[in-house]
Amino acid sequence: MIGFIVKRFINYAILSAIATLSAYVLASLILNPAGRYLGRNPRPSDETINAILNGLGVNPHTPVVERLWTWLVNLVTHGSLGDTIHNTSVISEMTARAGTSLRLLILGTIIAAIVGVVIGVWGAVRQYKFSDQAISYASFTVLATPSFVLGILLMIVATFVNSTLGIQLINFTGEYTAGLDGGWWVHFWDRAAHLLLPTISLALMGAAGYSRYQRSAMLDVLSADYIRTARSKGRTRGSALVRHGVRVALIPMSTYFAYSFATVLAGAAVTELVFSWHGMGEMLVQAITQSDINAFTGAILFNAILVLIAGTLSDVVYAALDPRVRV
Amino acid sequence: MSMIEEMPIADTSAGTQDVIRSAKPVSRFRLVLSRLRSTPRFWVGIVGLGAIILWAVFGLVPNAWNATDLDVYNMGSSPTALHWFGTSDIGEDIYAQTIVGLRKSLVIGLLVGPLAAIVAGIVGAVAGYLGGWWDRVIIWFIDLLLVLPSLFLFILLSPIFKSLSWVALIFLLAGFGWMIMARVIRAQTMSLRERDFIKAARFMGVDTWTIIRRHVLPNVSSLLIIDATLGVGGAILSETTLSFFGFGIQAPDVSLGTLLSAGQGAAATRPWLFVFPAAILVFTVLSASLVGDALRDAVDPTSGVNRD
Repeated sequence: MIGFIVKRFINYAILSAIATLSAYVLASLILNPAGRYLGRNPRPSDETINAILNGLGVNPHTPVVERLWTWLVNLVTHGSLGDTIHNTSVISEMTARAGTSLRLLILGTIIAAIVGVVIGVWGAVRQYKFSDQAISYASFTVLATPSFVLGILLMIVATFVNSTLGIQLINFTGEYTAGLDGGWWVHFWDRAAHLLLPTISLALMGAAGYSRYQRSAMLDVLSADYIRTARSKGRTRGSALVRHGVRVALIPMSTYFAYSFATVLAGAAVTELVFSWHGMGEMLVQAITQSDINAFTGAILFNAILVLIAGTLSDVVYAALDPRVRV
Repeated sequence: MSMIEEMPIADTSAGTQDVIRSAKPVSRFRLVLSRLRSTPRFWVGIVGLGAIILWAVFGLVPNAWNATDLDVYNMGSSPTALHWFGTSDIGEDIYAQTIVGLRKSLVIGLLVGPLAAIVAGIVGAVAGYLGGWWDRVIIWFIDLLLVLPSLFLFILLSPIFKSLSWVALIFLLAGFGWMIMARVIRAQTMSLRERDFIKAARFMGVDTWTIIRRHVLPNVSSLLIIDATLGVGGAILSETTLSFFGFGIQAPDVSLGTLLSAGQGAAATRPWLFVFPAAILVFTVLSASLVGDALRDAVDPTSGVNRD
């Protein structure tokens, strides 16, 4: 089992590394960091621009391979990802933002997985009944809604609720209220209130996708002989379904989870932008609009590491659920 | 990531018992069609999609305003008999704009879905049939794109595509929308390669490209049709997301994404600027994906959803 997980981990690690390096090369070829200075009035001299670009290690006159090598050497020897165009280090920018994104991502993914699995199983057990049809159409509708539309619709609902109740019950702009006074508890409560809508938005999208797959997987299992055997041994229907059914139906879900995680990341980036959170998603998009190669690569590295963790985690779950892997 | 490779081949002989009993053998096409006809989800989807397409084509006829007209006497008005979906700040008729945007989004979706499916078919079949290094390189490339969310790549590439016309966006979306299906097609091709009819063709000396074109691709065509249908909705979602953040369709062109982006600021105070285009977008994507889902069940009844 350890061998299996280590093998998968190395596979994911190589993939993440290649993804980051190719992101660096692609960004270097496409983005034009000099454009930012050329548009200035008065225009800085070529020497100044070159000096700035050299300092950041993004001068387009240096060959891409050479820049990539310098970037790699810096990463290995100093553990540094270079500087952003605002002359802050990418690492410090990332540490400031990562918490924001992780809070949303971890909560959203966990809620999505639990809700998705539960309603998927329920839909399969009650196949073609009204509740199954309702869940199916609801998840199709959510899957047909772009995440930014879902976020804004939630905001419209929240505004309506707030104006009906006459108090600011649900906060939804930004991550916390600026300049809030009060103790630790007040701050915690304020952040939790801001977290509400983005998490619902992300969890809804995820749960809709997971529930469709879980329903299919569960339907495959329900007709299997071993469920009948378990029933004939005298197990109750519920016990047979949970102990023998859900457990087996979760095996394909663990691989689907790893494989859909990149989509979740993109969805989280969009959600952050809609709710004006200053997280990694915003950093990535801003890096592209401001032609900031180092910041872009940093953001991609962050995503690649998350995919690496999610992939390995799902393999651990896979190995735990499927005894055949452990041999 | 191994799940998608383990998808069972659509077995043509399975599930014959639930349809037409006659002396003559039933063709696969008739079989799929009769299964489709008994799926309510298919009818909901196809009627919805048909209605949306008809509306996009003829919707402007009964309306008094064009998308570019400005009604300076009714700026920012709510939905009235004169302006069915209300007007924007500068007096643009939201109904007319929605239809023009819908046309563009539909054209993009209906082109990108099939295009991506064609790429998926060719890449998957080549990887699965040739095997060896070809296969390894292609699979690595596909895995790489699955680790890097394609949305981020779209945004990265957008500076190039912004300067070109909106048609370039179609190729961009199709160029990154084929990976998942290519893996499935590859797995199918690998088992097809060992079937007798392909072996026979190979031993008769038929060249590789002809085998892929004449024997492999027709045998995975049902999967490609499903992929093309499901891809329509996915492409529209990608396009609107990109356009919403200003990376896709550029002014003066209008798509549902740019329209939603313009209406976003006033979403809470004047919801008609946002809610109408959003509802039409969701309805369009929903119809397309219902058709795709019903097709998948009809082609492969063992895929889990439509069985007793």
